[in-house]
Amino acid sequence: MKKFDKERVLLAVAGPVIALVVAVALTSVVLVASGKNPVEPYQLMFEQATYSDIQVLIINQAGMYYLAALAVAIGFRMNLFNIGVDGQYQLAAMAAAIVGTHIALPAVLQIPLLVLTAVLTGAFWSGIAGVLKVTRGVSEVVATIMLNAISTSVIAYLWLPSVFGVKIGNNNTTGEMAKSGWVPGIDMGPAGEIYGFTIVAVLLGIGYWVVLNRTRFGFDLRASGASETAAAASGVDPKRMVLTAMLVSGGMAGLAGLPILLGASHTYSATFPTTLGFTGITIALLGRNNPVGIAFAALLIAWLDKASPELEFAPVPYDKEIAVIMQGLIVLAVVVSYEAVRTWGLRRQQRRVGAELAAGHVLGASADHNTEKEVAGR
Amino acid sequence: MTAVELAGITKRFPGVVANHDIHLTVRKGTVHALVGENGAGKSTLMKILYGMQKPDEGTIAIDGEQVAFSSPADAIARGIGMVHQHFMLADNLTVLENVVLGSEKLYGIGSRARRKISEISERYGLGVRPDVLVENLGVADRQRVEILKVLYRGARTLILDEPTAVLVPQEVDALFANLRELKSEGLSVIFISHKLGEVLSVADEITVIRRGTTVGTAVPSETTPRQLAELMVGSELPTPETSESTVTDRPVVTVKDLRLVADGGKALLDDISFTIHAGEVLGLAGVEGNGQTELIEALIGLQHADSGTITLAEDEITAWPTRKRREQGVGYIPEDRHRHGLLLEAPLWENRILGHVTERPNARGIWLDPKAAQADTRRIVEEYDVRTPGIDVTAASLSGGNQQKLIVGREMSHKPRFLIAAHPTRGVDVGAQAQIWDQIREARREGLAVLLISADLDELIGLSDILRVIYNGALVADADPATITPEELGSAMTGAASGHLEHEELAEQVELAEHAETPADAPEDEAR
Repeated sequence: MKKFDKERVLLAVAGPVIALVVAVALTSVVLVASGKNPVEPYQLMFEQATYSDIQVLIINQAGMYYLAALAVAIGFRMNLFNIGVDGQYQLAAMAAAIVGTHIALPAVLQIPLLVLTAVLTGAFWSGIAGVLKVTRGVSEVVATIMLNAISTSVIAYLWLPSVFGVKIGNNNTTGEMAKSGWVPGIDMGPAGEIYGFTIVAVLLGIGYWVVLNRTRFGFDLRASGASETAAAASGVDPKRMVLTAMLVSGGMAGLAGLPILLGASHTYSATFPTTLGFTGITIALLGRNNPVGIAFAALLIAWLDKASPELEFAPVPYDKEIAVIMQGLIVLAVVVSYEAVRTWGLRRQQRRVGAELAAGHVLGASADHNTEKEVAGR
Repeated sequence: MTAVELAGITKRFPGVVANHDIHLTVRKGTVHALVGENGAGKSTLMKILYGMQKPDEGTIAIDGEQVAFSSPADAIARGIGMVHQHFMLADNLTVLENVVLGSEKLYGIGSRARRKISEISERYGLGVRPDVLVENLGVADRQRVEILKVLYRGARTLILDEPTAVLVPQEVDALFANLRELKSEGLSVIFISHKLGEVLSVADEITVIRRGTTVGTAVPSETTPRQLAELMVGSELPTPETSESTVTDRPVVTVKDLRLVADGGKALLDDISFTIHAGEVLGLAGVEGNGQTELIEALIGLQHADSGTITLAEDEITAWPTRKRREQGVGYIPEDRHRHGLLLEAPLWENRILGHVTERPNARGIWLDPKAAQADTRRIVEEYDVRTPGIDVTAASLSGGNQQKLIVGREMSHKPRFLIAAHPTRGVDVGAQAQIWDQIREARREGLAVLLISADLDELIGLSDILRVIYNGALVADADPATITPEELGSAMTGAASGHLEHEELAEQVELAEHAETPADAPEDEAR
């Protein structure tokens, strides 16, 4: 039995490793094709990762990516594609910023209030797609893409000075939030500050694993993802499950913007990070919806983001878009390699089980806790 | 002269019975019927002949020449054409466009192609008009377009997969006329079906396939439906006789006037009423698609009936959700274990949790208890003789029989009061079949009420205490398994007999009915 466990780990690692190798190789091809050194950019970016201030930037970015990717992963685990994480977190961050600007409670109440605002806003926005899916059969992919577009308009409206907007220079903001809603960071000296909310991201990663693997709800969710029909026959109400998963996914998405909102910007302005949700899709894919895998993937993508700008200042300058090309290639390679590894692994196990049975290695004959039984012979 | 000869074809899939040592010889200019129950392996065999699957063993010879196909294109090049059960036509294109699509090189896309189509259509009496939009055509016309499509590509041997499943009786007659036209021109047709009447009326030769292997051939003129039915359902298989009766007078399940109506207003379940007592097995016979699936789903709670009640012991459970029903002792062996009974890519112990996630030993409160579930999986594996090297392998790695034993073990482990057993031994090897029968009989002795639904009439007769026949959503007949024969039961399944079935005199009546109204009165959706 141990053999199969080792095998599963091997299969889990093989997919991402193959994908990354392929993506790097193809990126090098692009570099060679454009007459550039195919190796040096990687050296430069690796060098960046050794500087402590860049490391802090990477961790801060990765924390937000992690939350966004968890939100996507929850959907993926039950075959729901929540493309709307992007709109959900932006709207949620804005709602939290507005509440934080206009309400000032003591920190012990203020911070939970802001978190709750963000979660509920995100869940509300994804919930629209969930309700449309269970009542009208609208594909959540279509609905969430539409909701992304709508959220952009809603944000633009809320930014109007006549609504909640505060113009600072030429910049749209929601005004500065009350100090009690600021989450202190972890001081890293001259390197900067790690957002305090990053710890919440780590805790949520653990919570994600526990809920999914150790609770009845998690089992139902995974069963629904693995086989909708089998889950329904096992007693899962499919509609309720879709709605719940969409709400949880959206709630989680609502948190993705909070590290920077509560830790640094303290306002929702036009410079607030965008497209976290889309990058989150890449990361969830690369991390195989596994909380540890997602953590590595988030760090990897954050590294590409934060180390690539330096490429333009190298003695022989490179375009920092190399990192973007690589991210794109990773997504492509991931999708192909995972499916290939999955089918290969399944076939291989079927063959091996067949071989083991033929050789008479039947559970009960080999297991230690059991006396020699005649199962194999019957 | 043989058109197609398959010899010793074997195809293994993990988890399902596919093909084993199949022999099939189709002579030129004949209609050769391939008959067998659903899941017997007909489709796999035809996929092999059409190049969609590669056989693990065995040879294929076309016109006496050995060939190896790696894709349908190879098969088409060799003159094999397939008309699928579900048509593959683009609705928004014309017949001409559909026919030339993908074969533009043959006769172009213009007047030459149109001429060729008209020529084929006339030659075989297909009556296809090239410039009509496919969306304006009826089902029978579409089928003729499909046939024309394969002829256009030069097919000399046509495979028709359940072609009559979608047709009304008059259209079936027209199709058969077309087939006779084809064979008079020297073409060969492989006709896949499980409707005996049709097969006997159209085929020149019949090959019967059962449990993945060819069990015999027959010539229609020398064969009675009875003999063919015997070959198909395999009455020589060892049938476990239920020894002494264990039926009590304590009703466990009472279904009263259960009614389910489809969107169009057609009754899928037509006022179904029955009672199953503790220790009783009620066998439900019927051609597939006559309401069995709907009945099962209504009983397990996947569909809610429009009217009528279901009572489990003292409780009316009509409004209960699936999970509550399962918690309260409704066990479920689904008809399609891959779709409804297993998570194929999950390990065995997670499959042991499936369906009972709220119950011990799988969970304590809201928390899963993987250790206890794993320990209990080991117990099931041993007690129910599931052949596996461990409980961490995926369900997909096991053979169909072992998957089914795991499901049976899982359901029995929660002490059900009422067991829904749908085709419990379908796609299961003979050894596992006997074990599963043993389990059902033992549970019956312990006072379980069982609803047994099966296409294997011997299984039904052997295990049941009482038999009911479902036809068009209604229970039309009942019979005593001690005296009834599979053939008598079979005729009631086609709606030819109803009421209480008695042995002897009925048999005569059945024979007549079989011959008099062969394909005509078979229910339309039989093939589902």
